[in-house]
Amino acid sequence: MATGPRPELFALRRRPLGEKLLDQGFHRLTVGLASVVGLLLLGILLTVVGGSREALSRFGLSFLTTSNWDPVSEQYGAFTAIYGTLATSVAALLIAVPLGVGTAVFLTETIIPLRLRQVLGVMVELLAAIPSVVLGLWAIFVMEPFLRPTLMGLHNLLGWLPLFSSEPQGPGMAPAILILVVMILPIITAIARDSLLQVPAELRQAAYGVGTTRWGAILHVILPAAVSGITGGVMLALGRAMGETMAVTMIIGNSTNFSWSLLAPGNTISSMLANQFGEADGLQVSALMYAALVLMLLTLVVNVLAQWVVRRLSLRY
Amino acid sequence: MATFKRGSLLLRPGLARNRWNQLLTLVAALFTTIAVLPLVLVLAYVLIKGGSLLSVGLLTGLPPAPGLEEGGIGNAILGTVIVTLIASLLAIPIGVGAGIYLAEYSRGGAFSRFVRFGTNVLAGVPSIICGVFVYGLIVSSRILFGESYSALAGGIALAVLMIPTVIKTTDEGLKLVPNELRLGAMGIGASRFVTVTRITLPAAFSPIATGVVLSIARGAGETAPLIFTALFSSFWPDGLLKPIASMSVLIYNFAIMPYEAQISLAWAASFVLVVMILAANLLARWLGRLTHS
Repeated sequence: MATGPRPELFALRRRPLGEKLLDQGFHRLTVGLASVVGLLLLGILLTVVGGSREALSRFGLSFLTTSNWDPVSEQYGAFTAIYGTLATSVAALLIAVPLGVGTAVFLTETIIPLRLRQVLGVMVELLAAIPSVVLGLWAIFVMEPFLRPTLMGLHNLLGWLPLFSSEPQGPGMAPAILILVVMILPIITAIARDSLLQVPAELRQAAYGVGTTRWGAILHVILPAAVSGITGGVMLALGRAMGETMAVTMIIGNSTNFSWSLLAPGNTISSMLANQFGEADGLQVSALMYAALVLMLLTLVVNVLAQWVVRRLSLRY
Repeated sequence: MATFKRGSLLLRPGLARNRWNQLLTLVAALFTTIAVLPLVLVLAYVLIKGGSLLSVGLLTGLPPAPGLEEGGIGNAILGTVIVTLIASLLAIPIGVGAGIYLAEYSRGGAFSRFVRFGTNVLAGVPSIICGVFVYGLIVSSRILFGESYSALAGGIALAVLMIPTVIKTTDEGLKLVPNELRLGAMGIGASRFVTVTRITLPAAFSPIATGVVLSIARGAGETAPLIFTALFSSFWPDGLLKPIASMSVLIYNFAIMPYEAQISLAWAASFVLVVMILAANLLARWLGRLTHS
């Protein structure tokens, strides 16, 4: 009589209770850890909104448009800091976008050998790793003294424009803008490079096939195809520039007096926070929280727009 | 049949479009040079100026009182290590756990979309706001055993900053793991927990480790969240509930002092910080290369 395998060997194993609990517990744990993100966002929002309530009710929207910041008479208006934040980040973007996109094109084209391109790419990425406070130190002692004659020349040449109407005297918005350029350049370059690398090779081949030059292909085919990714990267860089604190605080001069001039000392919301938050009390804390709320909303809008742009502008091939 | 003029198919460098081509190539090369220049200049200054100051006393001593000479940054180095360690101990489990949820458990529902969106938003929150948040939550409320400024508060502020990066790298790293591995593990009767901890997480180790090392390196150099959470101290760390020194805050505080000795210490701290961060980046690169082999 042939003995086949006994059927109970194949019986399905019932999962022990412990294993089941462990499995479910782990699932619950990851859900809980994922909700930490929501809790943190909620906490940040509540802290900043709650902290700014007093200033909100006292100054309302005029906080955004008046520029006297006077802890003695308890009058606060953040226009100087808001103008500083927007002016420095937009100006930095205007300089950094051509530089970053140009660098990204250079690093994705076959102009120089691959090896060299990789090395240059790594160098740009490492620039992003240098702490902001170290760049600030460098800006104070090396960059700003070196650039002052140039800025002086700019003032002499274009001093009739409100933007350059004051004499540069050390720290100011212009050096802050330049250090911001250094900080956002790696972001723009890295994202633009990734977007350019994702453009299908067929597009380039087709462009060359109908007889265009290298730059004809880049300007009319490749850059338009990568525009969504590049725009998203630029928006992210704008968000980063608006929130950037340390290097800017160290070089902008931290003046609460308003001036249109980019060569004058100024203030940004984040530099004001870094500078005053530690020693503030009472209404000043509330006013600073209000400024922090403005900064948060600005960066939030820019970052959400960035995500939307990437999704919306994507070209379909 | 079409006929061509002799030589009309050869490259004519004098044509306007070919001139433009060369010009634009030159411009792009110039832009790349400008983009790389700051790194070279900053590194040169920090390494030469900071490196020339380096000595054993500098690495082990305490910062001098204003106006005095000598002294070191030993407490700041130790403080940076402690605060970054606290931040990592908080951010890595939370970030990896949330990343596991997104990549392994979520089915694209409203909650997971909210978490993904929230992670991106949190990544965009300026670092100074993290400091303000922790100041309001922990420092001014004295929620931690009645103490205000503390190493722990600083570590928490840094962790808030690191969490989104860790979530993103975990999520993306796990998504790179071929689905066949998951199906195979399930097929031989492994539970979800065993599949994740024994199969997919180890398979995604290299990209996750790369991201984690990079986020730690970034955290170690951050200053803004520490200025009014961990504060600063001129003495050796005195427990986790007291203010603590860190290299980044030391650079910020000392750079604007009118004393030569303090400014030298700021350069020395920059040197130590930059060397540590570059080393971490090289480590991350090496970890990243493990995947390709």
